[in-house]
Amino acid sequence: MSDPVILTHELTRCFGSLVAVNRLSLEVAQGEVFGFLGHNGAGKTTTVRLLNGVLAASGGQARVLGLDPASQGTALRRRTGVLTESPSLDERLTARDNLAIFADLYGVPRERVRRRIAELLEHFELADRADEKVGGYSKGMKQRLALARALLHEPDLLFLDEPTAALDPVAARGVHELILRMARQEGRTVFLCTHNLVEAQRLCDRVGVMEQGRLVAVGAPQELARRYVHNLTVEVEVAPEDTDTALQALAGLPVAVQPGSPRGQLAVSGVRREAIPALVAALVHAGVAVYGVAPQEPSLEDVYFALHGEGVHGQREVSP
Amino acid sequence: MNWRGVRALVRKDLKVVMQNKGVSIPLIVVPVIVFVVVPALVALLPRLFGAMGAPTQDIEELLTMAAPPLREALSHYSPEQAGVVFMLAYVMAPLFLIVPLMVANVIAADSFVGERERKTLEALLHTPLTDGELIVGKMLSAWLPAVAVSWLGFVVYGVTANLAAWPVMGRVFFPTPMWIVLALWVAPAAAGLGLVAMILVSARAKTFQEAYQLGGVVVLPVILLVIGQISGVVYLSVGVALALGLGLWVVDGVLLRLGARNFHRNELIARL
Ligand SMILES: Nc1ncnc2c1ncn2[C@@H]1O[C@H](COP(=O)(O)OP(=O)(O)OP(=O)(O)O)[C@@H](O)[C@H]1O
Ligand SMILES: [Mg+2]
Repeated sequence: MSDPVILTHELTRCFGSLVAVNRLSLEVAQGEVFGFLGHNGAGKTTTVRLLNGVLAASGGQARVLGLDPASQGTALRRRTGVLTESPSLDERLTARDNLAIFADLYGVPRERVRRRIAELLEHFELADRADEKVGGYSKGMKQRLALARALLHEPDLLFLDEPTAALDPVAARGVHELILRMARQEGRTVFLCTHNLVEAQRLCDRVGVMEQGRLVAVGAPQELARRYVHNLTVEVEVAPEDTDTALQALAGLPVAVQPGSPRGQLAVSGVRREAIPALVAALVHAGVAVYGVAPQEPSLEDVYFALHGEGVHGQREVSP
Repeated sequence: MNWRGVRALVRKDLKVVMQNKGVSIPLIVVPVIVFVVVPALVALLPRLFGAMGAPTQDIEELLTMAAPPLREALSHYSPEQAGVVFMLAYVMAPLFLIVPLMVANVIAADSFVGERERKTLEALLHTPLTDGELIVGKMLSAWLPAVAVSWLGFVVYGVTANLAAWPVMGRVFFPTPMWIVLALWVAPAAAGLGLVAMILVSARAKTFQEAYQLGGVVVLPVILLVIGQISGVVYLSVGVALALGLGLWVVDGVLLRLGARNFHRNELIARL
C-alpha cells in the first residue's frame, strides 16, 4: 500500500471569526476518486486552496503527494492540476493562447507543447474554434477549456471544483468518463468537489461530507448509506383491486405512502429495514395479495439529506 | 528563477493589455503628443510669431525668469534660438518623464488590478510560479514596454525637434548630454515609479478604472518639475538629472519593499 496522496491532520483555516475549515483530518489514496460534498459555503473551495498550497492554513498539518503545501508549494503545484470554480480563463485570448501560456507556466516540455495542445483541443471538441477569443465561448465551452488547461501537464493529482456545473448532459458524461479513465487506467488521483450527488455516487470511490467547515462523514457511498440512512423506501406490488385495502392496512403503521402511485404499485417510505417483515405481515393479514416487496438501495442523496437533518420524501415526519 | 514561466506571464499580460482600449489608446496618444506634436509646435512657434509680427520680446521675458545658470547657458544663442533651446531641451525634459510613468502605470493597473477584476488571477496562483516569479513577471510586463516606448520616443523626439527647429538653429542641437542621462538613467527609474505606485494602489483598488485614476497621482511630481523649471526654481543640468534619477531609484526600492510585502498568493487569494 503506497502512502496516501492527501493526508491532513486537523487542518484548519479561519477568516476572522469564521472557521471555514475546521480541524479537517482526511486521507485520500492514490488512484482514488474522492468526492467532496457540502452545502454552499461548507468549505470545499477553501480546502482545495489549502491542499494546493495557495492559501496558508491557520492550524493543523497537510501532506499532499508527500509534500508540505505551505513550504513546498511550487514543487507540489507542478504535479497538481486545478479546475477552479469559475473557469478563470483569459477571455481576451484565444483558446490556443490560453493553453500555450499555461503550458509554459507549468513547464510542459517544449517539444511536446504543440502536440499536447492539439490533442486536448481535439478531445474536448474545441479544435475548430481554437483560434477564437474565449470571451465568445459558451459557458460549457469555457468549462471544457478550463478542464483541458488543468490536464496540460498530466498532473498526478487533480482538483476539480464543480467540473460539470455548466455542462449539458452529454458533455457531463464525457467528463465523467474522463475522470474514471484517469483514475482507473492512469492511476491519477481525483479530488472532486461537487453538488451533484448522482455524479458523486457514480464516480466516487469514497466521499466526504462537509458541514460548516467540519467533515461530518466519510466513506464509500454504499457504506454511508448503510450507516446513515435508516429509513428505506420499499416498492410494494399488490393486486390492483387490493390497493385500497392495502392503503388502509398501511395507515396503521408508522410509514408513508407516496401519493400518486399507480394502482397496485405502492412506494412506501420511512420503513426501517427491520420493520419490513411486519409490513408484509400487516398486508397479508388484511387479505392483500402481495406480488413483490423491493427495498430501494438508498442513494447518496438520501445520505446527504439524512446527514443534514432534512427529510426526503417526508420521511422524517412519519418515522419515530 | 523560472524564466520560462516569467516570460509566459509577460507575454500573456502584454497580449491582454493591448486589447484594453483604456490602455492602448493613452499608450499611443500620449507619446505622440509628447514626442511629436509638442516639439513640432514649439520649434515652429517663433516663426509663427515672427510671421504675425510679434516681437521676440515675450521669449526674452520668459527667459529672465529662468534660473541664472540656465540663463548663462543660453546666453550664447540668439534670442530666437535661446527660446527654442529653452523649450525643447529644458522645459520639455520633465514632460518626457510623463511617458515612462504613465505607460508603466497604466499597464500595471491592467495587469495587477485588471487581472483580479477579470477573475483570471486564481488560475495563476494555482500554477507552480513562486510569489517572487509572479511579481517579477508582473513588473516586467509594465516596465519593459514603458522603457521601450520611452526610448523609441526619445529617438522620435530628437528627429522631430531637430527637423522642426532646423530653420532657427541651422544645426543638430539635440540630444544634449542632460537628455542622454534623462533617457538612459532617469526614464527607467520613472517607469519603476509608475509601476511600484500601482502595486501599492492595487492593494486598495477594486477595478481597473479606479486604479487608473488613483495611479494618475504619480504624474504630479513631474508637473511640479515643469513649473519649477519655468519659474527658475530648478534647472535640469546633467548633475541634477543624475541626482533625480538616483532619488527615483531609491524611492522605487523603498516603495517596492512596501508593495511586495502584500504580494503573497496567500493574501492575494484571500482578497479575490
Ligand atoms: N477570502 C475569504 N475571506 C473571508 N471569508 C471567506 C474567504 N474565502 C472563503 N470564505 C468563507 O469561508 C466559507 C467557506 O467557503 P468556500 O468557498 O470554501 O465554500 P464552498 O464549500 O466552496 O462553497 P460553494 O459550494 O458555494 O462553492 C464561506 O463561509 C466563505 O464565505
Ligand atoms: Mg466552492
